[in-house]
Amino acid sequence: MSFSVSTSAIDVAAARQAVADPHCGAFVAFEGWVRNHNEGQAVERLEYEVYRPLAEKEGARIIAEARTRFAISHALCIHREGLLELGDIAVIVCVSAAHRGAAFDACRYIIDAVKTRLPIWKKEHYLNGVSEWVNCEQCAAAGHAHGHQHE
Amino acid sequence: MKTRVRYFALFREQAGCGSETVDWSGGTAAELFALMAASHPLLKTQAAALVAVNDEMSAWDTVLSDDDEVLFFPPVAGG
Repeated sequence: MSFSVSTSAIDVAAARQAVADPHCGAFVAFEGWVRNHNEGQAVERLEYEVYRPLAEKEGARIIAEARTRFAISHALCIHREGLLELGDIAVIVCVSAAHRGAAFDACRYIIDAVKTRLPIWKKEHYLNGVSEWVNCEQCAAAGHAHGHQHE
Repeated sequence: MKTRVRYFALFREQAGCGSETVDWSGGTAAELFALMAASHPLLKTQAAALVAVNDEMSAWDTVLSDDDEVLFFPPVAGG
C-alpha cells in the first residue's frame, strides 16, 4: 500500500525497507514530528482525526502523481491517527530513485500535497489545558478570513 | 429532496453533531453549507473549507442530487 493511515507508532526501518531496491542509488525520507510549541503556545500532545475512506483514496492518488511526475522507483507515505505525544512521528514519506534529484523532488511534492489535500485535522492540546483545531497553513493562505481564531 | 450531511473536526464541534439528514429544495454544495450555517449559529463559512460528495472531493458549485451524502471538511492540517 503506497499510502496508509496508522493508529500505532510508525516503524521507520520497515518503511525504509519497503522502498529498498537494487536499482536505486538514492533514498530520501521526510519525518514530521510532534513539536512542543506552535504559535507561541506550549504543546503537550496532538490528536489527529482522519476521514479514512477519502484520505486513503486521495493519498494513493498523490503517490501515483509523484510516480508520474518524477523519475522515482518507489514511494510510500504513512500518516498517524489518534493521540500523539511530543517527539512521535506524525507522518513519514519514503522515496527511492536511481538518482537523488528526483527523490528529493518527489518527497517534497508528496509531503506538501499530503498537508493540503487530505482530510486530516490536527488538534493541539496545550500545557495550559486548552485545546484547539489547527489549520495554520490554510489560515495563512486565507489571511484568517474564516471564523477560526487563535486563543 | 433529502441530503445526508456529515461534519468533521472543527465543523462537527460547531454544528454540535457529526451528521444529520436535511430535507430541502436542493441546490449546490455551497448553498447547502449556507443553509446549515443558518441553522447552526456557530458554524461559519471558512475560506479554505473543502467539500466532498459521495466520498469524492468536489467543487462548491456542484449541484446535488437526491440521496447524495455531502461531507463538509474544515481547513485540513495533516502532517
